[in-house]
Amino acid sequence: MNATPIIQTTQLSKQFDKFTAVNKLDLTIYQGDVYGFLGPNGAGKSTTIRMLMSLIFPSAGSISIFGKELKDNREHILSRIGAIIEKPDFYNYLTALQNLEMLNKLQSARLSKDKLYEILELVGLKGREKSKVKTFSQGMKQRLGFAQALMHNPDLIILDEPTNGLDPQGVKDVRDLILKLNKEQGKTILISSHILSEIEIICNRMIIIQKGSKVVEGSVNELLSFNELHVSFEFEDDTKALTFINEHDFLAKKFIEVVHQRYHFNLLSTEVAQINKLFLDHGFAVKSMIPVRSLEDYFLNMT
Amino acid sequence: MNLLFLNLVQTELYKIFRKGRSYIGFGAIAFIVIVIQIALFVDGESYLELGTQSLKDSFTFQGNLLNGYLSVFIILSSLWVHIPFLIALVAGDLIAGEAAAGTLRILLIRPISRTQIIWAKFTAVLIYVLAIVVFMAALSIGTGLLIFGEGDLFVMKDMLYIFDSSDALWRILASFAFSFLSMSMVASLAFMLSAVVDSSLGPIIMTMSIIIVFMIVSSIDLSIFRAVKPFMFTTYMGAWREFFSDPVDWHKVNTAVVALVTHIFIFLGFTTWYFKRKDILT
Repeated sequence: MNATPIIQTTQLSKQFDKFTAVNKLDLTIYQGDVYGFLGPNGAGKSTTIRMLMSLIFPSAGSISIFGKELKDNREHILSRIGAIIEKPDFYNYLTALQNLEMLNKLQSARLSKDKLYEILELVGLKGREKSKVKTFSQGMKQRLGFAQALMHNPDLIILDEPTNGLDPQGVKDVRDLILKLNKEQGKTILISSHILSEIEIICNRMIIIQKGSKVVEGSVNELLSFNELHVSFEFEDDTKALTFINEHDFLAKKFIEVVHQRYHFNLLSTEVAQINKLFLDHGFAVKSMIPVRSLEDYFLNMT
Repeated sequence: MNLLFLNLVQTELYKIFRKGRSYIGFGAIAFIVIVIQIALFVDGESYLELGTQSLKDSFTFQGNLLNGYLSVFIILSSLWVHIPFLIALVAGDLIAGEAAAGTLRILLIRPISRTQIIWAKFTAVLIYVLAIVVFMAALSIGTGLLIFGEGDLFVMKDMLYIFDSSDALWRILASFAFSFLSMSMVASLAFMLSAVVDSSLGPIIMTMSIIIVFMIVSSIDLSIFRAVKPFMFTTYMGAWREFFSDPVDWHKVNTAVVALVTHIFIFLGFTTWYFKRKDILT
């Protein structure tokens, strides 16, 4: 990872009348990061992203992108950023291609029509280029949002809840696209979400905010390795499972409850395999093992 | 004027003319012009009879009084209540409509200054106003001359004015040119209100409300209203009628031009200032 900061906010704050949406937020995103921006709904993620894209003006603090102050270098900075802000909206009376062509006219370096077709194919809209956007599902609009974000080959991509409205295949496609853009093209990517598992899979660094303030920031591996997972086990035959658990201090300490023959434990990610082996070694055939980790659990663990 | 700005204006014009509401103005004007022309064709003589009744004792009227120029003058007099609404319908939607639809966001994350966006949108709406006025002029003069032919134009204001047919056309064209300025001022007001709210219905209603209230205040002859009249833009919107005086009171015309241009710059200036600072929350 290159240590050059691409985005740096210093004491960034936003006040709407008496409501503090973002409170003295310091974050740093380095070149090459896939950076997760996490928080529950209403935490201030979208407000922060809008400030980064100069849609909203900070009440206090500063934003530096590509080493330059955003407020003094807005157009130059925006020329190097592609973004999806919340639900992407387009001109519904135009086709997907017409929407991109219109935005293409506003760029200094115009793309050819063939290139626009390529981009639409990349985001999974091949064959729908000439369909009016009003006929698109939310997922298709999300894909078109990706297309408009990528069309000028930005160095930094900001994605606000990019998998909203997508089916599981769509979510996977987005994930694969993000990883490809980062690994093959070296792009720095900021993804906001309220789903920790989504961030965990693709991000190398992350920040969690709550009520406008930073809770924690750092490497995903470091932050989440100290976080306990809620894991449930189901056994082929659980007749003696509860007795076995109570007889072992380690298991008893980690055990939460049994609900509908599912045995729930709080485990560190490094302990899951250990416990699974313990059960297998003592003749308990594990029928299923389901880890569940939510942002809420993370917060509960943090406090 | 750089290429990006021209592209922006082109894009804004494209968006304006792709929307159905932009053609309501053309349709309404065409309908009203044709209806008036037909009505005059059918019943114009009795209209003239009514207008010249008080003068019949002192004057004998000869020639083609019910001519194309008179029909255009009648159309000009009747349409200036409706045209502001048709202009506000488009101008009031330019920013607020995009804010409500969410497309303003996608425009503002482009590397274009907000000032350029505002000025490009305003330029586009001025071109739309010009198109409306030119359409109205061409249709009313064209159909008027076609149906009724040329003739002297007789206008009853504070006194009776009779303009030779060679003298009437430039006055009519000057009135339309002045009307472009008036309607541009209406557009700038609706445009300014469009920047302030996030729903296009608001600016349209507010623009018409302001115009109607100002017109009512102007028409009531009270000293307190007389004091504020010079500051109300509606006072100057009717100055096109000065072209139908002989001699033309150029001082009144010039004062009106300056007042309307000043209003345009004030409204546009405020719009630019406000929009540059506005948080885009939609």
